[in-house]
Amino acid sequence: MYGFGMAKGMAVTMKNLLVPGRMFTVHQYPSRRIGPLGLAKRSGVNVVSFTIRNPVQVLKAIAGMVSVEDSDPRHPRFRGEEFTWYEERCTGCASCAKYCPLGIIRIVTDPNGQAVQEGQNYGIEVFDMDIGRCMFCGLCVEACPYDALHMGSGFEESTYRRSELVIDVERLKSAPKRPSTWFRPQLEQKGYNPQTGVELGWREVGRHEQPTLAEQQDRWSKR
Amino acid sequence: MDFGGLHRLFTDFLPAGWEWIAFAVAGFLLSFAVINVMIGLTAVYTWFERRALGRFQTRLGPNRWGPFGLFQPLADVLKLITKEDVIPAVADKIAFTLAPIVLLVPGFLVVAVLPVGAESFLGELNVGILFVIGVTGVSTLAIFMGAWGSRNKYAMFGALRAVAMLISYEVPMALALTGVVITAGSLALLDIVTEQAVPFALVQPLGFIIFVTAALAEMNRTPFDLVEGESELAGGYITEFSGMKFGIFQLAEFMAPIVMSALATVLFLAGTKGWAPVPGLVWFALKAFLVLFFLLWVRATWPRLRIDQVMAFAWKGLLPLALLNMFMVALQVQLLQDPTTGELTSGDLWRMAAFNWPLAIGSIVVAANVLGQRRISRRPAAPSPLANMTAEGD
Repeated sequence: MYGFGMAKGMAVTMKNLLVPGRMFTVHQYPSRRIGPLGLAKRSGVNVVSFTIRNPVQVLKAIAGMVSVEDSDPRHPRFRGEEFTWYEERCTGCASCAKYCPLGIIRIVTDPNGQAVQEGQNYGIEVFDMDIGRCMFCGLCVEACPYDALHMGSGFEESTYRRSELVIDVERLKSAPKRPSTWFRPQLEQKGYNPQTGVELGWREVGRHEQPTLAEQQDRWSKR
Repeated sequence: MDFGGLHRLFTDFLPAGWEWIAFAVAGFLLSFAVINVMIGLTAVYTWFERRALGRFQTRLGPNRWGPFGLFQPLADVLKLITKEDVIPAVADKIAFTLAPIVLLVPGFLVVAVLPVGAESFLGELNVGILFVIGVTGVSTLAIFMGAWGSRNKYAMFGALRAVAMLISYEVPMALALTGVVITAGSLALLDIVTEQAVPFALVQPLGFIIFVTAALAEMNRTPFDLVEGESELAGGYITEFSGMKFGIFQLAEFMAPIVMSALATVLFLAGTKGWAPVPGLVWFALKAFLVLFFLLWVRATWPRLRIDQVMAFAWKGLLPLALLNMFMVALQVQLLQDPTTGELTSGDLWRMAAFNWPLAIGSIVVAANVLGQRRISRRPAAPSPLANMTAEGD
């Protein structure tokens, strides 16, 4: 019958209003409101004793005035707007700078640097990444022959000045080493998850197992 | 407390010849009360509407400030007050400045004569319905003033649509109210309430439906909000308004549903009548809230109509139905009423209801099918002059 669809539409919206399961498609960020039940659950006490201990908090929660920090669980392969860089792995070859389609990575190396290690790598003096122009394509990460550069999983990197968007070498050194597993899903097999807050050392992030000294000697002797 | 009672409190203490002071004071106090109560109600209603609309659309609505976002209206008002009040250089400044006020006042005027208790706030009008219809029509004048004053094409489009809609929907609305007047035998709103032994929404459902539809169109709400049409007209008549002028427009817009649902309660849902232990004002508020909620539900569901659909709906759909309703109600009253006193008992009203419900459903089905089955006939597209350009050329 003509006009029946209008009634159907009314039924749909009324169902949205009444049926609890259809209610929210919104995830509250960065904090969400929490009721008395949720509060008690968070503190690990049952509701009654929680109410007796802090009644003001419960009253506020009933009025909808208590909110808690809420971090939406993200996938370990989520790529954020930052980079994780392992100084120990980097040789200063600047493959990342060459592969960058936007040319926003600038590397200045020092052949006589103090960071010369076993593999004869250069000292890195400047490592600037302008994430204000970065599109986070990840080609630099793919290009790195030594797995020194990884995508990070942090976000909320907005600043008041464009100049603050340039990540310099000091910031890369001091940033927490929590690489996203986007380019190294193998890291997940070790039980690593960047969201849990555990940092990963430079020996563990390579795509291959690090050869032991015996293996290296064995390989050279067989040649 | 009504106007008569309030001014009689003063007249005894005043010397002869000075009674006008009592009228002035009583009038001022009541106006003050009506205006402030209505603005407060509107503020709460804006919160409620946005919140409920959110739930209807599976989102949360305003929830950041205060418990459940209750202070949101306050934040809105603060924001609007602190914004710059821009008047376009080419604007007609008088019309532009007056428009928000002219839009706001009719709502207060209607509330002033509504019988929300035993009496209304500002005295009894024996032509209450005429006053209400006349006064609500003024809002369209305000819309046209705002649009003409701001000298904006989009605003003018919106205002022209508003005027067209007013002309169209005033007719079925008045005809639907004629049914009420015939049944009640009076134009006074208080008499209409007392005559409703059975709520008129049950006695003449067709009239009620037509009234609510026409009221929706009258206050330019969804699905008839093509006057604003933010997606096609950049806000219609409020395009050029900013700051508190915009705020007053919004206030008037959110007050209109409250006023209209109160009016529908008085005319069709027996106003303050209810069962004994609960006071009449609570019944009134409850019924008005139900109508308000229905309007909100409609707003949350139905999309906007096109202007030609709106016009066709008014003239081809509502007008014949309203005429039918008026004719049938007049016939029934003529047949059923007491020949000498002209009284209708509640039994008569129930008999009318028993006849009018099948009539309403049947006539709506017939009208819907007659209107809805019409196919849009399109001429086949003329061949493009560019189609054989290459063949002719070279």
